[in-house]
Amino acid sequence: MHNPNHIVPIIRKEFRQIRRDPRTMGILLFVPVFMLMMFGYALNFDVRHTPVAVLDLDRTPASRELWQQFGRTEFFDLRYWLRDQREIDRLLGTERARLAVVIPPGYGADLAAGRSPAVQFIVDGANSNAATAVLGSLEAMMQQHSLRLTAERILRRGGSRVALPLDYRPRVWFNPELKSAKFLIPGLIGFILMVVAVISTTLSIVREKERGTMEQLAVSPVTPLELVAGKTAPYVLIALLSTTMILLLGAWLFEVRVAGSLLLLYGVTLVFILAALGMGIMISTLADTQQVAFMIAVIATMLPSYILSGFVFPIRNMPLPVQLITYLVPGRYYLVCIRAIILKGAGLEAFWPQVLALCAFAAMMLGAAAVRIRMKKL
Amino acid sequence: MEEYSIQVSNLTKRFGGFTAVDGVSFNVRAGEIFGFLGANGAGKTTTIKMLCGLLASTSGTATVGGFDINRQPDRVKRAIGYMSQRFSLYEDLSVAENLTFFGGVYGLSDAGLRERREWAVAMAGLQGRERSLARELAGGMRQRLALGCAVLHRPGIVFLDEPTGGVDPVSRRRFWDLIGDLSAGGTTVFVTTHYLDEAEYCHTIMLMHAGRIAAGGSPGSLKAEHIRNPILEVESPDAIAALDAIQDQSWAKETSIFGTNLHVSVDDAAEGERLVRRTLAEHGIPAARVGRVTPTLEDVFIQVIEGKSEAGSQTKVGA
Ligand SMILES: Nc1ncnc2c1ncn2[C@@H]1O[C@H](COP(=O)(O)OP(=O)(O)OP(=O)(O)O)[C@@H](O)[C@H]1O
Ligand SMILES: [Mg+2]
Repeated sequence: MHNPNHIVPIIRKEFRQIRRDPRTMGILLFVPVFMLMMFGYALNFDVRHTPVAVLDLDRTPASRELWQQFGRTEFFDLRYWLRDQREIDRLLGTERARLAVVIPPGYGADLAAGRSPAVQFIVDGANSNAATAVLGSLEAMMQQHSLRLTAERILRRGGSRVALPLDYRPRVWFNPELKSAKFLIPGLIGFILMVVAVISTTLSIVREKERGTMEQLAVSPVTPLELVAGKTAPYVLIALLSTTMILLLGAWLFEVRVAGSLLLLYGVTLVFILAALGMGIMISTLADTQQVAFMIAVIATMLPSYILSGFVFPIRNMPLPVQLITYLVPGRYYLVCIRAIILKGAGLEAFWPQVLALCAFAAMMLGAAAVRIRMKKL
Repeated sequence: MEEYSIQVSNLTKRFGGFTAVDGVSFNVRAGEIFGFLGANGAGKTTTIKMLCGLLASTSGTATVGGFDINRQPDRVKRAIGYMSQRFSLYEDLSVAENLTFFGGVYGLSDAGLRERREWAVAMAGLQGRERSLARELAGGMRQRLALGCAVLHRPGIVFLDEPTGGVDPVSRRRFWDLIGDLSAGGTTVFVTTHYLDEAEYCHTIMLMHAGRIAAGGSPGSLKAEHIRNPILEVESPDAIAALDAIQDQSWAKETSIFGTNLHVSVDDAAEGERLVRRTLAEHGIPAARVGRVTPTLEDVFIQVIEGKSEAGSQTKVGA
C-alpha cells in the first residue's frame, strides 16, 4: 500500500528545505551543543571542594584533629575559621561556605571522659542534590573518624591490638569519582532528543499546513502516512547525528565514555526517537499554526523531560502521585536504559522492561498519530 | 471518450448551520473550459474542494473523470490536477526543484520527469530561471509555475481556483492563452474567476450566487437569454449624479455603474438615447458620450443577481 516512490521525493525535498533554512539547521545543530555546555557546566553537581567554615569553641587538640579531617580530602576545602556563631549565617547565606562545623566547648573533655559529645554540622540545602552529596561525604568521613577515636580509646585502656569493627572505605560504583557530568550526559541525550525531535517534526508538518502546500499534497496520490513517513525520516537521521555529537562532545569535554554496546545504545535511541516523532506528529494534528504548535511542543516536552524523567531529580524522591505521572514520560524509561549502557556497560538483561515500555510507548504514539492523520487527513 | 468529465448532482455542503453549497447540479463536457463565476463567498472554492476530495460533501453525488468522489477518492486524485486559490508551491525551493518534487510525488519516471519539466519551464516562460527560488518569482510567473506543477502528470481534468487573482493584465492574458492550449489539447479545465472579462474565454459558464447556481450556459446564450433590451453606455464626468438622475426614470429598466461609466437598459436604443440626454440636460449634468454597447457578461451578471435579490425581497414582503 505504501509506495516508496512517493516517499523518496518527500525525503529529498525535506532535506533540501532543511539545508536551505539556516534557522532549522541552527536549531538542529547548535541547540544540542548549547544545551550540553549549559547543563554540563551549570548543572554540575560535583561536590568536590565544598567550602567549609569552622567554629571551634573548644580549642583543644581533639577538636583541632576533628576539623583537620576536612583538610585531608578533596571533597572539602577548609576556608574559614570563625569566632562567632552569627558569622555562619552570613557565610552560608552568601554561599561562600556550604558547610559549617560547630564544635561545642568541652568537646575534648567529653571525649576524654568517654562521653559522646555532639558536633553540629550545618549544610546549605538550597541545592538539594549538592546537599545530599555533601551529607554523604560528611557521614562517611565522620564515621571513619569516630571509629578511629573508638579504637584509640580502647588502646588507651590497655588493649594490645584492635581491629576496627568495620573497615569503612566508601566506594561509589559506576561513577567512582562522583562526577555528576557522568550522570548528566546520558540524561542530556534523552532531554535533547525529545525536545529537538518533537519540535522539529511538529513544525515541519504544521508549516505545510500554514503555507497551504499541505492542500497541494492532499490532492496528490500521496497518502497521509507516506507523507508523514517521508517528512519525519530526515529528522530520525538528524536526531541520531545529534546523539553522536553529544556522545563525542561528552567524551571530549566531560570524559564520559560509553562503557557498553554502541549498537544497543543506538537501537534503544532509535526506539526513543520514534516515540518522540509519534508525539510530534500527534501535536501537529492539533495545531494549525507554527506558533501554536511550537508552544504545545515545548510544554509537552521541556518540562516533563526535565523534571519528570529522572534527568535531574531522582524519581524515587518524588511524592507518589508525581511518581505515577512519570510512568507516562518516555524519557523515564530511556534514561534508565542509556545510563545503564553508558555508565555501567550493562546489557539488555539489565533493562529489558524499560525497553519494552519504550517500544510500547512508541507503538502507541505512532498508532494514535496514524489514526488521527487518517481521520483528519492532517 | 465520455461526453462529460464531471457530473454533479445535488451537491451540498453545510458548515454547521450555514449552507455554503446548496444542492448544485451541473455537467462539464470533456475538453471544455468551464468557468465557475460568483462573488466572494458564493461557494466556488467549497465546490472545487469537494470535487477534488479535499472536503467531504454533506450530501449529493458527483463523478470526476468517471470516478465517484465519495467512493473512489484515490482514483479521482490520479485523474485530476489542482491549483489552489492561494499560491501553494514551496517558496524555499527552486523552480526546477518544485517541478521535480511534484513529478516525483505523481510517480513520473526519470525520463518522463525530465521531459515534462522542460515542457513546464517552457510553458511558464521560465527558461533560465530554473534555479530561482519560487519566492523570487513575480506573480504571473508563480501562477504559471503552479499551473505547470498541476498538470505535470498530464491529468485529464484540471481545477484552477482563481488562478489569475492579483496578477497584472498582461500576465492574465497570457495565462488564459495557456488555458486555451490545455483545452485544445483535450484537457478539461474547470476554472473560477472574479474577472468577468475572463469569462468570455470560457466555453461554458456557471454563475453561482449564495451557494446556488443562478445561471449557466455559453457566454453567447447567456447574453441572448438574459439581455433582451439594448444597453446604453453613458460616459459622464459625474457618473454618480447621472446614476441618481436616471435610475428613478420609469423607462430605465436597469441602471448600474460600470467602471467609471453608467449602463442603462432601455426598451429601444434610439428612443432611450434621446431620453438619457434629455434627463441629464434637465439635471444640468454634462454627458461626454451616450451610445449603444454590446452587452457583456457583467451586464448578465448584474441582471441575474439583481433579479435574484428582487425575488428575495418580494418573498419577504409577501411573508
Ligand atoms: N471551513 C469552513 N467553515 C465555515 N465556513 C466556511 C468554511 N469554508 C468556507 N466557509 C464559508 O462558506 C462560504 C463559501 O466559501 P467559498 O470559499 O467556497 O467561497 P468562494 O466562492 O470561493 O469565495 P471567494 O471568491 O472569496 O474565494 C463563505 O461564506 C465562507 O465563509
Ligand atoms: Mg474561493
